[in-house]
Amino acid sequence: MAEKRLMYGNHAIVEGVLAAGCRFFAGYPITPQNEIPEYMSIRMNEVGGVFIQTESEIAAINMLFGAAAAGKRAMTSSSSPGISLMQEGISYIAGADIPVLVVNVIRGGPGLGNIAPAQSDYYQATRGGGHGDYFTITLAPNSAQELFEFPKLAFELAEKYRNPALILADGLLGQMMEPVEFSYDPVDPTTLPEPSYALSGCQGRDRRVVRSYDLKPGKLEEWNWRRHAKYQHIMEKEQRAQAADCDDAELVIVAYGTSARVSSAAARMAREKGYKVGLLRPITLWPFPKNALAELSNKVEYFLVVEMNLGQMVEDVKLATECKNKIHFHGRPGGGVPTPHEIYEKIETILGGSS
Amino acid sequence: MLQQGSLENGLRKEELMPQVKILEEVCKGCGLCCDDVCPVDILILAPDRINGSGYHPAEVTDNDKCTGCGYCFKICPEPAIEIFK
Amino acid sequence: MKQIFGRPAGLTDVLQRYCPGCGHGIVHRIIGELLVKLGIRERAVGIAPVGCSVFADEYFNCDMIQPPHGRGPAVSTGIKRSRPDCIVFSYQGDGDLAAIGTAEIIHAASRNENITVIFINNAIFGMTGGQMAPTTLPGMKSTTSVQGRNIKKQGYPIKVCELLAGLDGPYYLVRTSVHDPKNIIKTEKALKNAFGNQIAKNGFSLVEILSMCPTNWGMTPVQSKRWIGDTMMKYFPLGEYRNRAKEEK
Repeated sequence: MAEKRLMYGNHAIVEGVLAAGCRFFAGYPITPQNEIPEYMSIRMNEVGGVFIQTESEIAAINMLFGAAAAGKRAMTSSSSPGISLMQEGISYIAGADIPVLVVNVIRGGPGLGNIAPAQSDYYQATRGGGHGDYFTITLAPNSAQELFEFPKLAFELAEKYRNPALILADGLLGQMMEPVEFSYDPVDPTTLPEPSYALSGCQGRDRRVVRSYDLKPGKLEEWNWRRHAKYQHIMEKEQRAQAADCDDAELVIVAYGTSARVSSAAARMAREKGYKVGLLRPITLWPFPKNALAELSNKVEYFLVVEMNLGQMVEDVKLATECKNKIHFHGRPGGGVPTPHEIYEKIETILGGSS
Repeated sequence: MLQQGSLENGLRKEELMPQVKILEEVCKGCGLCCDDVCPVDILILAPDRINGSGYHPAEVTDNDKCTGCGYCFKICPEPAIEIFK
Repeated sequence: MKQIFGRPAGLTDVLQRYCPGCGHGIVHRIIGELLVKLGIRERAVGIAPVGCSVFADEYFNCDMIQPPHGRGPAVSTGIKRSRPDCIVFSYQGDGDLAAIGTAEIIHAASRNENITVIFINNAIFGMTGGQMAPTTLPGMKSTTSVQGRNIKKQGYPIKVCELLAGLDGPYYLVRTSVHDPKNIIKTEKALKNAFGNQIAKNGFSLVEILSMCPTNWGMTPVQSKRWIGDTMMKYFPLGEYRNRAKEEK
């Protein structure tokens, strides 16, 4: 049986990153993710990897650009304001078709906001985030176990599609302790093949160039259309979501990460009171699990979207369901975390009013 | 002392002298090599012709004087100068 | 007959699109020669910055990457740390290095990151059309200081070598010029040292090179090279600002 350990979510990310064979971390301190670089600094030293505490998030993301362009698995973690600073780099990395992993332990915003858990960077994560036409593969774990497992999945998706990948967490997931099963054999980084784009010195091959610009007329447009085809393919093939109790549901809650955990408790309360409530938890936020929602939209009357923000994913739910259903929203912006009870009350209002 | 046209080890004097070759189509006519660079002052911008890019290319006035120091090559940004010996 | 001077194999066959008399080409040629002479072309990775020399990714005959403006030292760090056998050089202009990339260069120098930085100081933003740079001289005209740089309003030029020499970290800091053959030969030696330091794993080397920008200075190429000798060198004195190799002897 695989080893099981009681761990902080933030430590589980670190172990997941190392188990995925990543040996390069660069980052800058910011609450509420400081346990990641702190623990990473110790663990990278133990495994002979690279840990750099940078002068800024801007430097961190660009160090990732260099390391990943050199063909190595590279990751950083930060929290909302720091992720904003990284957007320039992420845009260049996306424009150069290079895979990296960025973890955003989201905090309340805008501005300096606060350090409480939030989901207000949903738009930023799922719409590209920086300048230009691009998307980043975005995963939303909701347990320490998934925080351990998703780095490997994120690297595999990022490399398969040569695209940056994001993991969205929040301070609550990071600080929470849960048992984590080391569910797969760690990847030995020396067994990872050298990617076709890797900058490693041109001995025995043609020289390689990694760049995001092309000034020749029409070339950048072509390049963008090729990337568009890639995005279409990802949107078709890589949607992930988890459905619970949706088969007979009148109302389906749509929530991810911490909101999904709270919503799950609310759904149980509702079931106990006889309300037919299910939960759909998007695991990929981009690509958004449209298919699962489109299917549910044919048999479910109500959707309740629960987010720790002013209502961002709710728009994707409306698009996916083509506004066929009654879509309600319950949000807690600015670092607020909903309670199961307040979500239950919302369900009661919706379904109680309907009967 | 070598005389013009005489032989030493089977080579003519011209063949022992450095030869400057201007890649006229690469030259942008900036004139850096023509200004106080050549110790024997044998480079000018051709006054009477232009290259495909519209520049007056550099021109060697008297190759026999060339010492092969390479200064013209070193200051040429393109580089549009080659020296053979 | 044998070629004794000519285009080095460290440069591609692509003809450079720099303006006539631009200093970039001279520095490119020197680097292209060193890549071959030092036997490092096949393990080199170069940085082509944002600015006129963004096209350097087409000119250097080795692996190249084009990072965001000013981030060359950070990208270089990422490459060097993950592939220590590669020889990484960050080619940067004065807007790139001394304005937007100030933090990255200072910290790379402070970490004594084992990379080679080539800093082209031509006192102007070239690619964008001649705006004031952090290195524009007091009184010097640019498209954003049409009356001449007013130090009361626009502050003083940044002297990068002097600034970095205030740090304990860097191994080698030197300022040279490419305005005449004598100084070009000194630049060749400085760049050879800078790459040599990286090969010997000594740490951070930066060669600041005063370089002509005739187009944006509003001068002929010949006037430009004279202006460096007569004016620019007075504000930016040439010489070594740090050489740990000598200190260690």
